[in-house]
Amino acid sequence: MSIIKTDHVSYDYIRHDEEGNIEGKTRAVSDVSLNVEPGQFIAILGHNGSGKSTLAKHINALLLPTEGTVFVDGNDTAKEENLWEVRQSAGMVFQNPDNQIIGQVVEEDVGFGPENMGVPTKEIWERVEESLKAVGMYAYRKHSPNKLSGGQKQRVSIAGVLAMHPKCIVLDEPTAMLDPNGRKEVIRAARALNDVEGVTVILITHYMEEVIYADQVFVMDEGKVVLQGTPREVFSKVELLKQLRLDVPQVTLLAYELQKAGLGLPDGILTAEELTEELDKLRKR
Amino acid sequence: MLRDITLGQYYQTESVVHRLDCRVKLVATLVFIISLFVVDNIWGYVLAAGFLAVCIKLSNVPFKFMVRGMKSILFLMLFAMVFNLFLTPGTPLITIWKLTITMEGVVFAAKMAIRLTLLIIGSSLMTLTTTPNHLTDGLESLLNPLKKLKVPVHEVAMMMSIALRFIPILLEETDKIMKAQIARGADFESGNLIQKAKAMVPIFVPLFIAAFRRANDLAMAMEARCYRGGEGRTKMKPLIYQKRDYIAYTVLLLYLVCTVVVGRVLPI
Repeated sequence: MSIIKTDHVSYDYIRHDEEGNIEGKTRAVSDVSLNVEPGQFIAILGHNGSGKSTLAKHINALLLPTEGTVFVDGNDTAKEENLWEVRQSAGMVFQNPDNQIIGQVVEEDVGFGPENMGVPTKEIWERVEESLKAVGMYAYRKHSPNKLSGGQKQRVSIAGVLAMHPKCIVLDEPTAMLDPNGRKEVIRAARALNDVEGVTVILITHYMEEVIYADQVFVMDEGKVVLQGTPREVFSKVELLKQLRLDVPQVTLLAYELQKAGLGLPDGILTAEELTEELDKLRKR
Repeated sequence: MLRDITLGQYYQTESVVHRLDCRVKLVATLVFIISLFVVDNIWGYVLAAGFLAVCIKLSNVPFKFMVRGMKSILFLMLFAMVFNLFLTPGTPLITIWKLTITMEGVVFAAKMAIRLTLLIIGSSLMTLTTTPNHLTDGLESLLNPLKKLKVPVHEVAMMMSIALRFIPILLEETDKIMKAQIARGADFESGNLIQKAKAMVPIFVPLFIAAFRRANDLAMAMEARCYRGGEGRTKMKPLIYQKRDYIAYTVLLLYLVCTVVVGRVLPI
């Protein structure tokens, strides 16, 4: 059974004027149907305003679809009685690390989710310890979040979600405000969760380099899913991605240009190692 | 530099007073303040001062930190003393022009000064030995009975702790906005007080907008982590009384009885 299933989901942002009358509608998500299997690493790509964040908020029931239905672990998010179960099974990490850390000490922040769920005190401590260890922040448990770097703060946020024992974590552009080092740290933590803990990860991003490890990539534009497949399949469509104002990873772009110039390279090369290997093969021929 | 500011002037050290349950310290401060206003003679004040001195000694906080808190309140104290000195009716002592200093006035002003001094040092001892975090926890737990009267105790405590968390962040933000404005030629240094105040407006507008945006984001993040008010919530660090806390309560009770007996019943 799929862990997340969206069935023809659409969402309208409604603009009101000063008297509260409806002024107009903007369709942010339009007719999206997708299926996520447990244990998968999913990436959703798209430039600003493509509706990817709006879609992400549906998975946590922060937004409810205007049309269609969202199922999280078999529960319909639109039903009031499912709300807390949905939020517990699909945790969410947001873009700005400062605006999602509640505690004044790292360990207290990680304990916030379990506290809300009514987990007994002793178990909260166990969960906090194991979550902080999973993201490699256990040494900082007594620190104030204000003194951590962006990447570290974001890892604390991930631990905070992990302590709720979710089946799935939605990362909504977790690296957009970080420097390259912080970005690597966060992506490494997210991949470790997926590999080691078996948590389903849905990564929303516009950095291409972050999606090459994903099992499945969805590309969104103007609220619709315009492209889906494995990273290799998606990145082989260089022209289409360019039209969607998305950058292809540098290596892929180089391989594509070489291919266009007449070299016999395969489609969708993702890493520098792959490219050198292929070039080697060509030289030996 | 701005991120190092801590509120409530907590003094980090290891002592019995620091380790006491925050509820004990809150109750003790309250009892101490009450005792100051019950006491009516010199022996009562001596007892109160002695009790405070022992507490300070036990807390390992240097005395100069206590006095530092006094400086800000010095003006208010002088003001109150002068008024009491001249405006209390009674037997005249000295008359300068139209103002008369009375015997009663002198006594009253002296009492007032002693009370205020002890009160400020006593309450700053609490803030110096308790982290703001514990303070909000303790308040929530002590005010818990008010929940029956529909007072949103948990919500208020949560707001207090969030405010404490965001003070350094907003300070940093102010710093950033000021630097951005200075870089574009804003002048916050020159001019009189009114001009300086006017120059602050371009700082406050973006600061408020940013604060609202942060509040909105935070509310969403809290909801995403299943926050639904105090109902059904467990605590990661529950407040549990230890043996030393019961001892402290006993000492406190003894102190209260002693001061009432000495300060009320004994003749001056």
